[in-house]
Amino acid sequence: MNLDLNTVWFILVGVLFTGYAMLDGFDLGIGALHLFTKDDTERRTLINAIGPVWDGNEVWLVTGGGALFAAFPNVYATVFSGFYLAFVLLLVSLIFRAVAIEFRSKQPMRWWRQMWDIGFSAGSLVSGLLMGVALGNIAWGVPIGADGEFAGTFLGLLTPYPLLVGVTTVALFMMHGAIYGVMKTEGALHDKLRIWAMRCIIFFVICAVTLTMATLLYVPRMAARLHDHPWLFSIALANMLAIANIPREFHHRRDWLAFLSSCAAMITLMMLFGLNLYPNLVYSLPDPANSLTIYNASSSPKTLGIMLVIAGIGVPVVIAYTVCIYWIFRGKVKLDRMSY
Amino acid sequence: MDVLTLARIQFGATIAFHYLYPPLSIGLGVMLVCMEGLWLKTKNPVYHQMARFWTRVFALTFAIGVATGIVMEFEFGTNWATYSRFVGDVFGSALAAEGIFAFFLESGFLAVLLFGWDKVSRKMHFFSTCMVCLGAHFSAVWIVVANSWMQTPAGYKLVMHNGVERAEITNFWQLVFNPSFMERLSHVLCGAWQAGAFLVVSVSAWYLLKKRHQDFARASLRVGLTVALVASLVQVVTGHVSARGVAKNQPAKLAAFEGLYNTTSNAPLVLVGYVDEKDQRVKGLEWPGMLSFLVGFNTQTTVIGLNDFPPSDRPPVTASFLFFHGMVGIGFAMIVIAALGFLYFRHGSLHERRWLLWILVFSVLGPQMANQLGWFAAEVGRQPWIVYGLMRTPAGLSAIVKANAILTSLILFTLIYFLLFAVFIYLLNDKIQHGPDEQDLIPSGKLALPTELTHHPKT
Repeated sequence: MNLDLNTVWFILVGVLFTGYAMLDGFDLGIGALHLFTKDDTERRTLINAIGPVWDGNEVWLVTGGGALFAAFPNVYATVFSGFYLAFVLLLVSLIFRAVAIEFRSKQPMRWWRQMWDIGFSAGSLVSGLLMGVALGNIAWGVPIGADGEFAGTFLGLLTPYPLLVGVTTVALFMMHGAIYGVMKTEGALHDKLRIWAMRCIIFFVICAVTLTMATLLYVPRMAARLHDHPWLFSIALANMLAIANIPREFHHRRDWLAFLSSCAAMITLMMLFGLNLYPNLVYSLPDPANSLTIYNASSSPKTLGIMLVIAGIGVPVVIAYTVCIYWIFRGKVKLDRMSY
Repeated sequence: MDVLTLARIQFGATIAFHYLYPPLSIGLGVMLVCMEGLWLKTKNPVYHQMARFWTRVFALTFAIGVATGIVMEFEFGTNWATYSRFVGDVFGSALAAEGIFAFFLESGFLAVLLFGWDKVSRKMHFFSTCMVCLGAHFSAVWIVVANSWMQTPAGYKLVMHNGVERAEITNFWQLVFNPSFMERLSHVLCGAWQAGAFLVVSVSAWYLLKKRHQDFARASLRVGLTVALVASLVQVVTGHVSARGVAKNQPAKLAAFEGLYNTTSNAPLVLVGYVDEKDQRVKGLEWPGMLSFLVGFNTQTTVIGLNDFPPSDRPPVTASFLFFHGMVGIGFAMIVIAALGFLYFRHGSLHERRWLLWILVFSVLGPQMANQLGWFAAEVGRQPWIVYGLMRTPAGLSAIVKANAILTSLILFTLIYFLLFAVFIYLLNDKIQHGPDEQDLIPSGKLALPTELTHHPKT
């Protein structure tokens, strides 16, 4: 692994999608948990916990998509046209998630709020699931023809392993969202979320263990990569420790540390995923020769260099003001007349 | 229907719907900056009330803009995969820059704009409003960079990559400042400012008609009409410069706009009429020599006609002609409306002229229609190319996508967008009926005004 521009962009695209998971992950998680409470004030509190920030969080996905387009146009083209219906469903889910947050509070009628509550929750749940399924397919490998085009079908994407990754992603987001919710709320809802968070942690751990076993058993090239590069085990170990640390911190009511551990779990999972994939971006099955790699699918070195300058200028500024904005909206949610 | 037609309809429909909202966000962003700036300067609480009210409308348009905008970014890959491979090196950079420089700025500070009223100081809030507005403008900048590159490609070279030809960047700044970029950006931004300003004008005029919230309405009209008039007048200049650019860079497009078949000097400008494609001429009212004059400031300037291009390289003439002339006609109507409104407002007799107030109420539709028609003209006029002179539209299509997949998505998006539009109109109407909040005349929290100022504006 030499650190050329292609590798740097492989890492940067990974960073953008990991950033997306850590940030919008809790928004989607809150959404998935939304319908579990029936009380309007509690639902409002949940929505307002993510209200000021979800929009900025979603930009990580938009920018990740843009970066993929710019740095690896062939991957963007093949995956987006290949997973056509899956992406249309993802877009529909993201649309409902987005507009439901805005629309819900604008009318007091019960049917109105119920309708957008379902839109918000289903949109969040399906978004997380589909993102996980897409990731799972990339990890498993997808049929790519000699022409670099996707050679499979929509139903062919819904096989057990990708679905397992999808469910695990939902579990991860729900856990992440529940912990975030615990940090942002107080009173009865806070206590309720504490119980849900514990259940979500258990749900996620079961999924994670199952997924790890399934990966080692059924995705032989993943196991082989680990076998060839034993140092990768340190990341797997870090991942396991991060996951194990979540319930520990949470139990001691150090919610912020539990949240950070959950972020660390996401980072290490994405690292494992990336290191197993590298230097491929889309691994082709059954014919690995057709795989899209960071070299045959990339933009020119000049463009990658220009993009690096853009990212170098833009990303630090973005992180700086994002931190400021989170700081402005720190603390427990208080509903006022500006709230959703 | 074949895959190509479906893909074009689906893309066109989703982008047309999306394009109702970003101009409103950009234009209302400018209005919010004006209102909050005036509040900071004059400390008149009615400006605070205005900023609050229009922020709520802004939030509504922004939400739909974001929700429908993310679709666009995915659709280059889903519908136009071959195109994406061809232009990714160039076009993708502009989209990624849009994300990093525009969307983060816009959505980050939107949090403070919407929810930070009581949490930050007045100056910090004003700064956030400016940043949201700036972010919205940046997003226009980068998307117009990308689209203008498709109209007038520059700063690239064609290279074989894995046995397929594609465009690669040779000079980033030439790419950004491609020949049509500046004029098209200014034209798009003016259109967006008009959209925002006329929305404010329309709602305020309606309040005056109904004799509701009259102080609020008058103050809003003052800001709205000023921006509307300035933007409408400047729009003539940017439109003229854009059209000259089209004459130079995309002569077939200009010929289609004007229905001009034979290359000629003393070319006429069509005022009203239609194109008879069979007879290859325009039937209607023409202004002799004016097109030549506009293109070269001289009636003897030669304007290239469609017959200089093989039929396979010509855009659809009737559609381009109608879209273009529709846009221009509305553009001039907006100037008249804004000028009348402005003059009578200054004269102090606007509230007595109910006919004009009614026209102002409906004026909100003008910029929206002109913006839509303008984009249609720009994109249809570029045909048969997806990247002008480099790649034809059918060649950019995704190779493996089936017609039924696109049809499914078309039906799905159409249904959802109809729902969104109905809800948008319903909620917008609801906000307008509800009107500005009286308690917004008394700013709260850290924004609270010094006590010596009156809480009630003079009536």
